[in-house]
Amino acid sequence: MSGPDRDEWRAQLPVQTTGSRRTEAAARRASDVPPAAGGRLSRRGFIVISATAAGGLLIGWRATNADASADAAAVRLGGFVRIERDGTIVIGARGPEIGQGVKTALPMLIAEELDADWSQVRVEQLPFGIVRADTESGVDWKYGPQGAGGSTSIPEAWQDQRQVGAQARWLLVQAAALAWKTDAASLTTRAATVMHQDGRVLTYAELATAAAKIDLPKAAVALKPTADYRIIGRPTRTVDCIDIVTGSARYGIDAQLPGALIAVIARCPYFDGELVSHDASAARKIPGVRDVLVLPGPRPGQPITANLAVGVAVLADDTWSALKGRAALKIEWRHGPRAKESSAALDAQCTRLLAGDGRRVRDEGDVDAAARSAKRTITATYRIPFVAHCPLEPQNACAHVEADRVRIIAPMQQPGGASRIAHELTGVDRFRIDVQMTRVGGGFGRRLSNDFVAEAVLLSKQCGKPVKLLWTREDDMRHDFFRPFGHHQMHAMLDGSAKVIGWRHRLASASKYYRRPDVKAEDHWEAELYPDDFPATAVPNLRVEWFAVDSGITRGSWRAPAHTANAFVVQSFLDEIAHASGKDPLALRLEMLGDAAERAYAQHGGPIFDARRLKHVLQRAADAIGWGRRMKKGRGLGIAAHFTFGGYAAHAMEVSVDPAGLFRIERCICVVDVGRPINPLGIEAQMIGGTIDGISTARELEISIDGGRVVQGNFGDYPLLRMRDAPDVEVIIVPSEKDPSGAGEMGIPTAAPALTNAIFAASGVRIRSLPIRNQLRDAIAARA
Amino acid sequence: MIKFRLNGRRVAFDGDPTMPLLWYLRDHAGLTGTKFGCGAGLCGACSVHLDGAVARACQLPLSALEGHELTTIEGLARDGLHAVQRAWIAEDVPQCGYCQAGQIMAAVDLLKRKPEPAEEDIASIGNLCRCGTYPRIRRAIRRAARELAGGPSP
Repeated sequence: MSGPDRDEWRAQLPVQTTGSRRTEAAARRASDVPPAAGGRLSRRGFIVISATAAGGLLIGWRATNADASADAAAVRLGGFVRIERDGTIVIGARGPEIGQGVKTALPMLIAEELDADWSQVRVEQLPFGIVRADTESGVDWKYGPQGAGGSTSIPEAWQDQRQVGAQARWLLVQAAALAWKTDAASLTTRAATVMHQDGRVLTYAELATAAAKIDLPKAAVALKPTADYRIIGRPTRTVDCIDIVTGSARYGIDAQLPGALIAVIARCPYFDGELVSHDASAARKIPGVRDVLVLPGPRPGQPITANLAVGVAVLADDTWSALKGRAALKIEWRHGPRAKESSAALDAQCTRLLAGDGRRVRDEGDVDAAARSAKRTITATYRIPFVAHCPLEPQNACAHVEADRVRIIAPMQQPGGASRIAHELTGVDRFRIDVQMTRVGGGFGRRLSNDFVAEAVLLSKQCGKPVKLLWTREDDMRHDFFRPFGHHQMHAMLDGSAKVIGWRHRLASASKYYRRPDVKAEDHWEAELYPDDFPATAVPNLRVEWFAVDSGITRGSWRAPAHTANAFVVQSFLDEIAHASGKDPLALRLEMLGDAAERAYAQHGGPIFDARRLKHVLQRAADAIGWGRRMKKGRGLGIAAHFTFGGYAAHAMEVSVDPAGLFRIERCICVVDVGRPINPLGIEAQMIGGTIDGISTARELEISIDGGRVVQGNFGDYPLLRMRDAPDVEVIIVPSEKDPSGAGEMGIPTAAPALTNAIFAASGVRIRSLPIRNQLRDAIAARA
Repeated sequence: MIKFRLNGRRVAFDGDPTMPLLWYLRDHAGLTGTKFGCGAGLCGACSVHLDGAVARACQLPLSALEGHELTTIEGLARDGLHAVQRAWIAEDVPQCGYCQAGQIMAAVDLLKRKPEPAEEDIASIGNLCRCGTYPRIRRAIRRAARELAGGPSP
């Protein structure tokens, strides 16, 4: 298994599903946590039982009897379940809630097997938890994996969180059997009640104290037949909804540490730039300003293990004083080696690179022979821009570093990374580092990095006081781990019957693995191309090549990482092939997906890619939009389908384009197969959100570079989609008995190509460079 | 000394009059339901009501508030939940939830001005939602409008 010591979500996966041997080795190396052993007794007297062979998760730990009796108001059953005297069942939610719904969905798994009454359940966020373990790093998960990334929370929780609920139920049933002096196997449960065959009942609240004195079972207990589910599969509202709508939900930015100074940092705007000098005399005169500190940054081009950039921090009594203090700083920055970097120069670099030979990351059949024998070759180049995450809650973190302990409260996707960074920066023992998770005002991959936590820790260490660090929007937009930029050059070779016999995908991109401490440069392509993605195996002669773009901008994981780029490119290019060869775009896709069902898929989301499931969502989307009907002039349909991290999604859109070149999405369908739906209401929300994220990004969003720095700074020049331009999204969830995948990322990759394919159908204008911006308008104006 | 009414109570502030209301609310009044998103009046996460009309707290210096009446999300419903808050729950609008207090303040303002809002009226709400909850926001506004009009609230 993997462990808490990791910044990358893929290490949170059971290694056998992360794919290649290299990936597995990297995950193991980085996590420093060997596969967990079986059940064991931890040093602190908690009974710890390992779960599946796949995850090696801790499925429960039980308070000792002393602990249980010491708390008169409530009784704990394992690490996740607490039963209060009034019958309320409190379930711990282990994952960071970034809006993807895990704070609702994971407790649903526990509640189902516990046979709780969901209306009597209250959900509480668990803190980050580790236990001592006989591993290289000396730690292992206490509650199981606590990270939000790669749509992994649900598949990781599917077995172990149900087992947690089943074991708590088992304890309650044992307690009832003891009370009634009967056989536990004869008892049934429903809605937080144990029932005797003779009609007697005992509530969980009545049984809790006795149940807490029973040892957890030594082996996994049987799970319910799925036909008996009352909670799993039922549309369930967000657990924190009342708190959110009344303004009482607590995000990281709302956290307080008593006596904390508010910090804002002026960071060097230049990639790999330096601080030459600063004059803080005016800043220090501002009432409320307490201190001005320099925060060194990483060395140019070297791995980023803490903060992103050199900066000057102003610490003050309140936010406004800190902001005024920062505005009063006089700072001279110096360009580093990236002074001449610009978006135009990066485009030129891609063109140069693509004229040469790249690294072949998949090469099947004989592409060169296919090119020679082809009756026709279709070529197109697509461009994907850098984009920012810009979660609406800007980065922030509270930290208090003392001699022998550290306290952190922050909105994170990867609290394990925060814990490890705090340890590395302070030397304080991991078990003296308290990491509290809050609700998170959006993640999208930005908060997989803990650079902002590192800043707060470093500042608190320097000034000796608790610190609450706040980033402004401009800080956030200019100091991100941006989605990589790249040029994709595509070639399709067609035989005399217009069958695709050869395929080349040549990508020059700035890999997101840049400056990642644990990834070698030769492996940087792995973040950019997933070699088993369709149309691998569907075309007999296929070559995928990668070219490394040299850029100083920091990159990282952005919702559904490379899928957003590759699905746009492949699904657009298939459309181009169909139109060029006189085929129907849907028919071409169905033909190429073929009849073979399950194929090996070694990257994240595997080990199997089931082409039937992809064909099914594609066909459902086509049926829903009325594919093939005659369209009025200026109207068109577009379709796209893709396999993302274990889930299958398709979009179909109807678009109108007016004579001025303005387009409007008239209808938008999203069909998704994520296996067994846990919370259909949450899945629908994720598909709506993913679709709108995809449309928003395709329409207007690009981070551009000039003079070795980011140009954009706020929502004025980075215009996220607003209500006016957001279509309604009709979501169709495919019923399934398959084990569930996650749902946070499947909704985004196909939105952009369905949109641009529909734009082409409506107008004849092909969008090959994102964002769309004025391209359609300009193309139509140029025609007239 | 600047005096104004905040959620029905008299308050006085003798600090920096250039401080935007947003930071007064969050740092000094302990009202953190009003959120910081952009600091430039572009996102609407800090939407409050100034004399009953929606305004962006990051763009309101305290000096402009003398004698005025302010309502934040915490003061929207003095007793229970506002119909718009109930509609937000019924439609399960929030994802991350960070923008939603501002969205609700904007929706309440809209329904005060336009009890039967047309699509165009709803589209005029310019608050950003990074999670893309707009379709459910539209449904919730229509639901709240029905309830406020005394119609059936399914």
